[in-house]
Amino acid sequence: MTLSRDPGNHLRPPLFGGRTLTRRRTPVRGRALLRSAAKRFAAGATVMLGSATLAFTALQLVPGDPVAVLLGPTTSASPQVRAQIRTEYGFDRPVPVRFAHYLGDLVRGDLGTSYQLQQPVTKLINDQLWPTVQLVAAAVALAVVIAVVSAMTTAGRRPSLRAAATVWELVALSTPPFWLGIMLLTVFSFRLRIFPVAGAQSVSSLVLPAVTLALSVAGVLAQVLREGLEAALAQPFVVTARARGLSRTAVRVRHAFRHAAAPVLTLTGWLTGTLLGGAVLIETVFARPGIGSLTLQAVTSRDLPVVMGVVLLSAFAVVLIFTVVDLLHLAIDPRLRTAAAAI
Amino acid sequence: MSAPDAPDTPMLVVDGLDVTFQVGSERIRAVRGVSFTLARGECLAIVGESGSGKSVTARTLIGLTGGRSTVSARQLSFDGEDLTALTGPQWQAIRGRRIGLVLQDALVSLDPLRTVGAEVAEPLRIHRIVNRAEVGERVMSKLADVGVPDPQWRARQYPHQLSGGLRQRALIASAIAAGPELLLADEPTTALDVTVAAQVLNLLRQLKHGGMSLLLISHDLAVMAGLADRIAVMYSGLIVEQGPAERVLGNPRHPYTRALLAAVPAMHAKGTWLSVSVPDQPPAGPGGCPYAARCRLADQRCRDELPTPAKIEATHDALCWHPVAEPAETPERLSIAQAPEPAAPGDILIEVEGVSKRFRSPDGTWHEAVRDVSFQLRVGEALGVVGESGSGKTTVARIVLGLLEPDEGTVRFAGQPWNAAKDRKAMADGTRAANRSGRRIRERDRRRHRRRIQAIYQDPLGSFDPRYTVERIVGEAVIDIRRGRDRRARVVELLDQVGLPANLLRRRPLELSGGQRQRVAIARALAPSPDVIVCDEPVSALDVSIQAQILDLLTVLQRDLGVALLFISHDLGVIHHVSDRLLVMKDGRVVETGDLSQVFSQPVHAYTQKLLAAIPRPDKTDEPVHRASVRWERAGNLCATPSGPQVPTSPPGSDIGNLITRSSNVMRN
Repeated sequence: MTLSRDPGNHLRPPLFGGRTLTRRRTPVRGRALLRSAAKRFAAGATVMLGSATLAFTALQLVPGDPVAVLLGPTTSASPQVRAQIRTEYGFDRPVPVRFAHYLGDLVRGDLGTSYQLQQPVTKLINDQLWPTVQLVAAAVALAVVIAVVSAMTTAGRRPSLRAAATVWELVALSTPPFWLGIMLLTVFSFRLRIFPVAGAQSVSSLVLPAVTLALSVAGVLAQVLREGLEAALAQPFVVTARARGLSRTAVRVRHAFRHAAAPVLTLTGWLTGTLLGGAVLIETVFARPGIGSLTLQAVTSRDLPVVMGVVLLSAFAVVLIFTVVDLLHLAIDPRLRTAAAAI
Repeated sequence: MSAPDAPDTPMLVVDGLDVTFQVGSERIRAVRGVSFTLARGECLAIVGESGSGKSVTARTLIGLTGGRSTVSARQLSFDGEDLTALTGPQWQAIRGRRIGLVLQDALVSLDPLRTVGAEVAEPLRIHRIVNRAEVGERVMSKLADVGVPDPQWRARQYPHQLSGGLRQRALIASAIAAGPELLLADEPTTALDVTVAAQVLNLLRQLKHGGMSLLLISHDLAVMAGLADRIAVMYSGLIVEQGPAERVLGNPRHPYTRALLAAVPAMHAKGTWLSVSVPDQPPAGPGGCPYAARCRLADQRCRDELPTPAKIEATHDALCWHPVAEPAETPERLSIAQAPEPAAPGDILIEVEGVSKRFRSPDGTWHEAVRDVSFQLRVGEALGVVGESGSGKTTVARIVLGLLEPDEGTVRFAGQPWNAAKDRKAMADGTRAANRSGRRIRERDRRRHRRRIQAIYQDPLGSFDPRYTVERIVGEAVIDIRRGRDRRARVVELLDQVGLPANLLRRRPLELSGGQRQRVAIARALAPSPDVIVCDEPVSALDVSIQAQILDLLTVLQRDLGVALLFISHDLGVIHHVSDRLLVMKDGRVVETGDLSQVFSQPVHAYTQKLLAAIPRPDKTDEPVHRASVRWERAGNLCATPSGPQVPTSPPGSDIGNLITRSSNVMRN
């Protein structure tokens, strides 16, 4: 960072290697990135406040007595007990006061206590979240790798090769994941006994569900990536790069890929968000714990604090994912930085 | 590599080069039997219009014609090495290291996501010219070599952060970084402003003096005049004329070369035809001369048989059956008329008064696009606005069109308020009268008069709905005719007026050529019988010969229909050809204004003088461009230069009838 302050210095370490990428950042550019990060953080906080308000409002609009829900349909309690519960949970206080308390608890990281399980919602979510996060992260990483390999090797190549890649991607993205999961289980767990049938104890138990989730995602990503690559390869700078003596592969890796990455990045962010909620089907097939099954239970038993916790968690996940995606966009495309600095 | 390196052995030998492309089931011969040689330190320029095969020829020399092409040649050798026999890795060793390539428009020809420094460093890394530690230093020295000031800072910037001239220099630096002996420059100055283009040409000249061989590709003869030692003119995949630059430019023997030369708008061409009109010709046979359909000298032999090269001199060939020196019987350029003096100065149509406009730059600072601009446009007058990119020309056009509200100043159209800044003071006063006078002019008030002011742009494709047919595009602007059949008749009439046949009615914009699209745009602008047409760089994306046709068309329309033109261009030659009066803009201000001949012969402002000096023109000279042009400007204000082609003087009695016959001829072709 200090290097750019003395533009007269001619003898200095190489500045243009791939390894020294970060050192090329000038302070101005770094500030622009920081500033847009701060703006995005503020925007994320606003979204979170909005979701909290919406969740709270929805809770107020749910018909029926919360105490009745809390006690469950089978329990009978005396009016005194009911009144006691009402005071204990603060249902007797006016709505604005309860909202303020609710927000205060949120800030402290307290999402309330589950009606059904009588445990803090944060603990419940914490226990169930990590298996899902592991699964989704593994699946997305695998999908990106498969997509990059499939697209990079076939974009702009022979029609036969391209057609073959397109066919496998179409098959992959149109295969129902639960069916694929059952097939993989049948072959690799029951027949070959390579991977465990169920559970989330070991890394090997992650393989089959991750592959199941990854394949369809990889199919979509590869198609978008190939389209981007082919658009980039048609640009004049590719001719310039080739005319410098770069091989076809090197042009793809060093130039075209970065251009094709932007739409794939957006799509990956979106798909990750969807997978976090949609993994429940696969988690059921493979009998894995996860946030999906917790949500399902909470909704069916009207365990409202848990439902609200999950709603807030989803909002947070989406905000987090898209903040990261936006910042990565800025890192990829310098043209966005000038625009971002002006906002 | 080990070939004997005799000093007089040409470095590059191309003999009988054929390139064909497989497009679907069709085979297209893009290059046919092209032969030339290039010695060390020599510059060969290949000129031709788009689709003539000039770029494909250059790409062949660097092995980048693409997978669908077939290249064959009797001989294709570079420094004794047979280029047709090279494998992929062998090509990669030559590209960048021994042969470099520069394309037009560095904004897209440099990777926009990488710093300029990284782009210049790339060839150094690929070919391991210097070790890693010295790459940065070498990049700085290369950038400094091509005249990029403050290379330490510039190397860290991205292409979009540099000006067009600096970008192009950086692109050249990346092409020559690994020290190639041959540089292929494909339209290296095409997207640049005149003064910037002159600087880039000077840079190329310095490289040549440094011993580098140059193969220059351009559609513009004028660009290469000061730089090329030899010129090859390509048409339809053939080299139709080749010879020393001063011979080809001074004594052109092929009719196509003559047409190209005549198409460059220059001082002496004012009031004459730039484009060549040809009486209707039967189509040429498949074996015939491809130029026969456009050639005034074509006969049956031309249509049946491809000409053999006619030797004019030892080193000057023309591929023509009739390589005559001067087509005495039919002059290429006829006078339209004795430039009918605009009768009495008409009424004022548009009055722009003290207009300013500023915009917010991406970095948050304010940028004054237009500062205190005032001018008047009279009925039927052609007013040229010239300036480089960023001088505020287009902003002025948008304010005049009422598409953009100025920050200060007013625009009056036919005496009525048309566009004005919001008068904040009057608004603040709050009185009713003040409120009314200070009210901004709303689009609703303008709409009634919109038909009277029309526009055509540089890129007509972008101003058409790509799914509309030509009939619908033009018909949409025919506002006063409701009935379908009458409307179609009016569209056909308009198309005829701009020289397009009625069978284009069903075509869509993408199926038209660049010249046809611009004609459709003009037809659409003419549809509501406007009083004025605002032309924003209408010819700068066109080939010289097409540009000539469009300029001729606009000139004729202006004279015949009495339409006023507000003609914006960065090209002084173009402006000179079309306008009566001239407005020179720089950094948002009008720096000079006056009658055309006056501004051109006695430019007062230093910037105007610089602009005039930077015009490249097809006069062979080895002097730096600026000095040469100053001489030109002095030598011939409105007459031919001594070395230029002879100009037929306008017959004094040419009447309007003559003009009209002539104009319809041009348009039909």
